[in-house]
Amino acid sequence: MPRRNDLKSILIIGSGPIVIGQACEFDYSGTQACRVLKEEGYRVILANSNPATIMTDPDFADRTYIEPLTPEILAKIIEREKPDAVLPTLGGQTGLNLAMALYAQGLVGVPGTPELIGANAVAIETAEDRDKFKQAMIEIGLDVPRSGVAHDMDEAKTVLAEIGLPVIIRPAYILGGRGTGIANTMDEFLKIASDGLDASPIREILIETSIVGWKEYELEVMRDKADNCVIICSIENFDPMGVHTGDSITVAPAQTLSDVEYQKMRDAALACIRRVGVETGGSNVQFALNPANGDMVVIEMNPRVSRSSALASKATGFPIAKIAAKLAVGYTLDEIPNDITRMTPASFEPTIDYVVTKIPRWAFEKFPGTSGVLGTQMQSVGEAMAIGRTFPESLQKALRSLEQGRFGLNCDPGETLYDGLDDETLLKKAAIATPERIFQVGEALQRGITIETVHDRTKIDPWFLDQMQIIIDERGAWTGRSLKDISKAQMRRAKRLGFSDAQLGYLLGVDELEVRAHRESLQVIPTYKTVDTCSAEFAAQTPYHYSTYEDENEVRPSDRPRVVILGSGPNRIGQGIEFDYCCVHASFALRDAGFETVMVNCNPETVSTDYDTSDRLYFEPLTREDVLNVIAAETVASGGVAPKVIVSLGGQTPLKLSGLIDPAIIAGTSPHSIDLAEDREKWNQLCDSLSIPQPPGGTAVTLPEAQAIASKVGFPVLVRPSYVLGGRAMQIVHDMDALQRAMEQLAADGSLGKEGGLSAERPVLIDRFLEDATEVDVDAIRDHTGEVLIGGVMEHVEEAGVHSGDSACAIPPQTLPAWVVEVISSYASAIAKALDVRGLINVQFAVSGTTVYVIEANPRASRTVPFVAKATGVPLAKVASRVMLGASLAELRAEGLLTPPVTGGHVSVKEAVLPFNRFPEVDTALGPEMRSTGEVMGIDRTFGRAFVKSQSAAGTVLPTSGMVFLSLNDGDKPAGLVVAKRLRALGLGIAATTGTAEYLAKFGEPVDRVVGKLSEIEGSSMDNAVELVAQGAISFVVNTPHGRGSREDGEAIRKAANTNRVSSVTTVEAALAAVNGLWEQSSSEVEVRSLQEYHGR
Amino acid sequence: MSSGITEIALVLEDGSVFEGEAIGYVPENGIAAGEVVFNTTLTGYQEVISDPSYAGQIITFTTAHIGNYGATSLDAESRGTFARGVIVRDMARRHSNWRSEQSLDAMLKQHNLPGIGGLDTRRLTRLLRDSGSLRGAFGTADEKQLLAAAQSERGTSGINLVAEVTTPKPYTFGDGKFSVVAYDFGIKTTILRCLSDIATVTVVPAHTSAEEILAMKPQGVFLSNGPGDPEMVSDATNNIRAIVEAGTPTFGICLGHQLLSRAFGGHTFKLPFGHHGGNHPVRNLATGAVEITSQNHNFCVDPDSLSGVADITHINLNDNTNEGMRLRKLPAYSVQYHPEAGPGPHDSRYLFAEFAEMMEGK
Repeated sequence: MPRRNDLKSILIIGSGPIVIGQACEFDYSGTQACRVLKEEGYRVILANSNPATIMTDPDFADRTYIEPLTPEILAKIIEREKPDAVLPTLGGQTGLNLAMALYAQGLVGVPGTPELIGANAVAIETAEDRDKFKQAMIEIGLDVPRSGVAHDMDEAKTVLAEIGLPVIIRPAYILGGRGTGIANTMDEFLKIASDGLDASPIREILIETSIVGWKEYELEVMRDKADNCVIICSIENFDPMGVHTGDSITVAPAQTLSDVEYQKMRDAALACIRRVGVETGGSNVQFALNPANGDMVVIEMNPRVSRSSALASKATGFPIAKIAAKLAVGYTLDEIPNDITRMTPASFEPTIDYVVTKIPRWAFEKFPGTSGVLGTQMQSVGEAMAIGRTFPESLQKALRSLEQGRFGLNCDPGETLYDGLDDETLLKKAAIATPERIFQVGEALQRGITIETVHDRTKIDPWFLDQMQIIIDERGAWTGRSLKDISKAQMRRAKRLGFSDAQLGYLLGVDELEVRAHRESLQVIPTYKTVDTCSAEFAAQTPYHYSTYEDENEVRPSDRPRVVILGSGPNRIGQGIEFDYCCVHASFALRDAGFETVMVNCNPETVSTDYDTSDRLYFEPLTREDVLNVIAAETVASGGVAPKVIVSLGGQTPLKLSGLIDPAIIAGTSPHSIDLAEDREKWNQLCDSLSIPQPPGGTAVTLPEAQAIASKVGFPVLVRPSYVLGGRAMQIVHDMDALQRAMEQLAADGSLGKEGGLSAERPVLIDRFLEDATEVDVDAIRDHTGEVLIGGVMEHVEEAGVHSGDSACAIPPQTLPAWVVEVISSYASAIAKALDVRGLINVQFAVSGTTVYVIEANPRASRTVPFVAKATGVPLAKVASRVMLGASLAELRAEGLLTPPVTGGHVSVKEAVLPFNRFPEVDTALGPEMRSTGEVMGIDRTFGRAFVKSQSAAGTVLPTSGMVFLSLNDGDKPAGLVVAKRLRALGLGIAATTGTAEYLAKFGEPVDRVVGKLSEIEGSSMDNAVELVAQGAISFVVNTPHGRGSREDGEAIRKAANTNRVSSVTTVEAALAAVNGLWEQSSSEVEVRSLQEYHGR
Repeated sequence: MSSGITEIALVLEDGSVFEGEAIGYVPENGIAAGEVVFNTTLTGYQEVISDPSYAGQIITFTTAHIGNYGATSLDAESRGTFARGVIVRDMARRHSNWRSEQSLDAMLKQHNLPGIGGLDTRRLTRLLRDSGSLRGAFGTADEKQLLAAAQSERGTSGINLVAEVTTPKPYTFGDGKFSVVAYDFGIKTTILRCLSDIATVTVVPAHTSAEEILAMKPQGVFLSNGPGDPEMVSDATNNIRAIVEAGTPTFGICLGHQLLSRAFGGHTFKLPFGHHGGNHPVRNLATGAVEITSQNHNFCVDPDSLSGVADITHINLNDNTNEGMRLRKLPAYSVQYHPEAGPGPHDSRYLFAEFAEMMEGK
């Protein structure tokens, strides 16, 4: 069945902002889909609110709508573009839910409306509705956990009476397992069931027998219109049932299934996709297996591409999303060639001759108050994947890929954490799934605790434990030895088990570079194998490599000039998809300019790790050792000519390595300049020489030094570690006690070598904090001729003190006088010149009154580069990468790559998306430590409209009726008065705390309800704000935290708003922007417009 | 760490040397030799190792970890092992699975099957892919002796390996509806299990004559898989022809497919490195559907040689080689691949039901 010619235009729904449970993998799938469908000649219309994505680059679709992903907005896009079909299966749960909402409104999937391709509404419903899914599975003879569905607490109790504890509770129509939990007691049951009902958009939960401790597997299935089905990959979870698969360490292919069991599972997966009725595309089916008797139950299936399918694609080399897009437009699997072999069709099942391990990365340190315990609700923010020939090798590579200061499975300073624990305490800790568990298990085995005991406590399969034991046994051969006595055989054996030079150095008490030198003298150097979908049965055309220590190296020689681009590693808060965007754009631009591009990264979700993004892909950890190895291998492959290396586009990860790589081969700004910007002393001198004001401050390694600086500059001060991204561990400190706590915390992190720790090489920066200043960000590019291109000047909505990554910002600036913007641009240019920047630089300013202070400069790509590119139409990352390799801006203008920015006529607002709904115990007030996982963009004719769109896209529900609760600190009260006036004009009610109400009354603004503070209402009859929120009387909360002293009141209210899904803002600036926008919007309809139209293309 | 490890080498006829360590049984003369082939299946090492079709061959597993789930008599495909050796990247030190009865290493020792582990199996696979199957030898002997052993190995062309593996005397299996006689050229237990769903199977030695079989008045005859070169099993082709021409419904798998084809004028030839794995796409030409199949063969039927006599029913989508045929005038059909799986996908088990229908006279 060939391409469908009855379709001309297709709307692809993206997945919106990066949130926990939905990350870069949908940019990867969506980008593939856009490329494929454009290549096939369809008119592609894309809707996605996330400006950091590669798919929303205007080149990838004919019409790109960066608009809020709501049914109303999509309806407008459909009305405007009249697509023939909607493809909802590549945009995650967001895409599916939107498709279902549109279907329910009769706007898609019914005659006379766009067809739903990929999966139809019946299939989506069968897979997503827990009860329907369960019935469908029973119908085809598959076992499912005993369960029942409930829509209220009475029903829930009835179901429980039939099943009995323990049970697992899962809300319907949710992503990443939000609201899911295991109840062992009646109390737990009542709480989790009630929360689950609230979490489900249709107030429905599934209650089922808990099968905690069973083994968990997942199969990735593809099906075409002709009913051909194939399994792309089997995945076995290292962590048994009970931990969300997104939070589990997972391994491909499945390791402990016999063929009899595997084929039974395969039959079940095929029966499942057929029964659910996914017509074309990819799905994943999850199974649990009782390790005692092989009983198998189906847990769930996703009728769409998923995080697992991205992992399976990277693990096998089979591009699931790309093939899914082709299948959706009518092709069958046997009509599509396998890209990697080119000789064989896609209608086969990949087989692999290596082991892939994925380990999630969490961010609990950013959310004080969270338990850090893993469960059925996903909490990780990113993941690293590693490929090795064996499980021990891939496990150790994956652990060091996480970039959390660990060198592998222990054998590093981090292992001293367990020194004080007795065996029983250690086992008790290991029994509970946490990010530390893998290391605790390693420590237990190292102590000689038997595999049987560890298995008994953790339920981790003995095969995995024995493989870990092999690593630990090898360690035994290294302790007490000296480096010069290490033989080639021993070195090779350790390296084949994935040991890093750093681990071996730790065991021998020498530096990792000494180990490296000795290893090289023994000729133990990595070989690079190829990921080829077929275990070498056919020749691979696509150079997708991983390192291992074997006989044969498969890197092919080439004499073209080449550029190694170091990627950004696992997603984390502060470093995510924006940097992948920059790396991918660099690869595209440099490929077009004739370079051979070489990508190094270890994040399976990304576009950068797609095998055809670059000329060559190394799926490797971004550590010194692994990166130097790749550079060496590339040097050998080009006859001894070293490649150029780009370190400044992947965020802090590659930047940290810049000093460890030969400066002569680093493309763009020199490591010396990078260091200049980070080194406080030199930076101060530079600013002084340019007469650019800075907030007063200094650097400290010890507490007395810190106290001295604070005494000199006065409180409040901003305390931050150097060389970090995302404001890790950054705090605003108001007194000496708090300063002491902050320094102690940083010292503790430093000893573990954790990100953001304090050490002699990495002192803490302490600056006077400018209260009430406006923060401004500038992204600029400087070329070798000295010309500077100001890419964008962004004015933050929130005042200085809120991390720029968590703050909304606008292009062009909305409140700054034009001359101040010019001063800012001049300062940025002067700094770029002084740092001799070749490529991108990001400079942060704080404007207080009309004084422009420079806060910091980073000669690298910033988080805002993709946003600026989409706001202005200038492909900053592409231009920067060319400049780094020697092109001048003038040349790029002549070439047509660099076009004038599109200004006037529209305002672009970037807004952060925060994960507080995952962490109900956390205060939602914003601060200097970044906590957002993603971002959205609102774009419209005016700032107010763009801001309202950005809020809607971020999931903030702005009030249109009901009562708004105001609780403001003194400094915010004047602006609060304006907010109150607008709210009145919009016909909304106002509730306020006593102080705020009294202030408003002075200016003739009465409030409808005065609410007591927690301290005031004891024994009085006053309303309690927390209760009002819980009762649903409040439709929106404006609560600005007080700078010092007790924050408890505000925190309680913000938490109540968070848990009751009432939107809130925590800065008065955001409240003003919102009410102004609502006011503007009250006069006319919301309009949608594509990026291509804004850019005049 | 080094205690208990015996370092040995694999040497191929072209002089390539691979270093590894001894696993399984250690032969007394220090040498195991045979034709080296690779199998890409991810699961089912035990079924592969116990498949009589590997007689004369050394099996390289491309999957990195082998032995993870141990071994069980339930998964044995024959009464023993007939391969000459096993090559793995990593032999599991400890196995884990509720079905297992012993470790794979113990099973190898039990069947006197030598092995070599820890070597760069991907390099070996790439070499075999590019140069075709090679003869090789591994063991504790020195490299010169191993090279000599590799070069003096006969390989699998031009010799009758079926005689080594066939059952010495007839036996029955199952109690299904039809009476079927199965020629044992190296029959796999999973095939017998699939047949027993529909038939009471009498398994007979490969040399059993057509007369003896027809005298048993079977409702159907099954031609099994088996090792080596079909040209060397020439007496079987005559028997098969007589049986089929007597109107007996006949179904063949793998070597059985090659022999049925040869019985009616077809030619067979040797593929460069064969098909050994569980992921080969095969198109059923009658329905157009793609089946993912289990395969294990070095020899192949030339479809042109069957023109006029048989219809081609299945082809391999990777290399377009023949995978199945049906005689035009007589009730007999066969496939090159393994519809019984064991190991491998179950996509093609409908072929056994078709055999029942054929015997039913449908």
